[in-house]
Amino acid sequence: MNWIGDNLGLIWEALREHLYLAIVPVILGLIISVPLGYVATRYSWLANPLIAFGGVLYSLPSIALFIVIPAILGTKVLATINIIVALTIYTVSLLIRNVIDGLRSVPPDVRQSAIAVGYSPLHRVITVDLPIAVPVIFTGLRVVTVANISMVSVGAVIGIGGLGELFTLGFQKDFLTPVVVGVVLSLLLALCADLILVTLQRLLTPWARVATPVGEVA
Amino acid sequence: MIEFEDVTKQYPDGTVAVDKLSLRIPSNQITVFVGPSGCGKTTSLRMINRTIERTSGTISIDGEDINGKDPVTLRRGIGYVIQNAGLFPHKTVVENVATVPKLLGWDKGKAHGTAMELLERVGLDVKLAERYPAQLSGGQQQRVGVARALAADPKIMLMDEPFSAVDPIVRHQLQEELLRLQRDIGKTIVFVTHDIDEAIKLGDNVAVLRVGGKLAQFAPPAELLADPADDFVRGFVGQDRGYRALTFVHPEELPLKPVPDELALKDGVPVGWKNGSADLLPLGALFKRGDSLRAALDAVLTSPTGSGVCVDDDGKAIGVIDQSTVAEALRS
Repeated sequence: MNWIGDNLGLIWEALREHLYLAIVPVILGLIISVPLGYVATRYSWLANPLIAFGGVLYSLPSIALFIVIPAILGTKVLATINIIVALTIYTVSLLIRNVIDGLRSVPPDVRQSAIAVGYSPLHRVITVDLPIAVPVIFTGLRVVTVANISMVSVGAVIGIGGLGELFTLGFQKDFLTPVVVGVVLSLLLALCADLILVTLQRLLTPWARVATPVGEVA
Repeated sequence: MIEFEDVTKQYPDGTVAVDKLSLRIPSNQITVFVGPSGCGKTTSLRMINRTIERTSGTISIDGEDINGKDPVTLRRGIGYVIQNAGLFPHKTVVENVATVPKLLGWDKGKAHGTAMELLERVGLDVKLAERYPAQLSGGQQQRVGVARALAADPKIMLMDEPFSAVDPIVRHQLQEELLRLQRDIGKTIVFVTHDIDEAIKLGDNVAVLRVGGKLAQFAPPAELLADPADDFVRGFVGQDRGYRALTFVHPEELPLKPVPDELALKDGVPVGWKNGSADLLPLGALFKRGDSLRAALDAVLTSPTGSGVCVDDDGKAIGVIDQSTVAEALRS
């Protein structure tokens, strides 16, 4: 317990870094996936190859990606950007499927009537298609956020891993407390992030929780 | 007036959906496109708001070629109602109805005020305004769809099989309400259906289309029934067209006989026929003064005594009519 008290600064710094490394890729990934997914629904021949490619990317071992990326980008091995880029790739590879499925979940008659009442294409995507796709997109967002929070720790192998660095520390010193602290905080972080996303989703989709009518009354 | 001139729609695979369609849709009336599936009726409708672009020919509204207009602007000036209403599930009823006014840049207060008025106009309880579409019945959703189409007071309203997905009783109510509404608003309505009875009931004019997108006949419903252009129209209009044509015969004064003692009344309203036992025989259909000959004939045919009961607007019996009187009217 003394170790925790003595190292609050270190723990706080690791937590802050962990959060940063996990959340920024989620945001970047979302920004990339939405237009990409939209393009894939407009040119439907693109959708399946994109989803398949996403699946392949996601299956790459994270540790390999952390090491290969500096070589490709020409960044330093110890730069945070490597982690950000790697996790953004994972985010996009997972989220693209949900964005495409979400946009496909817009009922054809709803899309048809949106066009017919006079929405311009961009306006329609933003105010009709995307809001209706929110539940499906958020399902993916929750998975990818929790996955990212767990994956950041792997970055500790190349020296940038947020709470993962507490694991390295613990293993190096053969000392369990930092490992436990790291595990517990990762878990709490994942839980909190998920809770925030669920709340956000509920706020964005009050319509998705309404009861269906009882009987047919004109 | 909406004018089709030699309008053709051919898809890239060679399918011709609409073949050299020429017709004039008069303003302030209901024109129905009817035909079997594959006759191009929906395609023809959607070419009017350019959600489907034609291959050749011209469509003009009040003399102006619609190709000269920006499609988005054109669509905001044309109401549109489809099967299952196509309401936005993430918007409340009032937001759905206010969609076009908001797209046109009205301020929110005015858009919502208009939307509330329209909800009342289409016969919806304003308490439903803050609900979401999923909380409404099919019939209610369809009413919201009509209100949404009318919100910005367009001259033209396109209706694509709007009542096909609701049950027959609700469909009948919605049809009656559309006719009532149209008496007030006098829009140019183009209505697509595959149901010839619906076409005859609603249309001031009916365009019968055949598979391959060719116009078979364009005429008022009474003419369609009395004088079908060819075998296709005759077949499509149906076997009992003579009977249905009676819908358009309104005998000025069918001579009524006084209400007989056998008719059981409750506060003047007929409840059944007496037959000597404690139970009453069922009434059969009733008709009103001024109804068509079809209604009178139906009353006679369904009555257990052969006498059709005529009622006033309050439902009180004012007389009966017998088979010979109806037969007399049919002969004239």
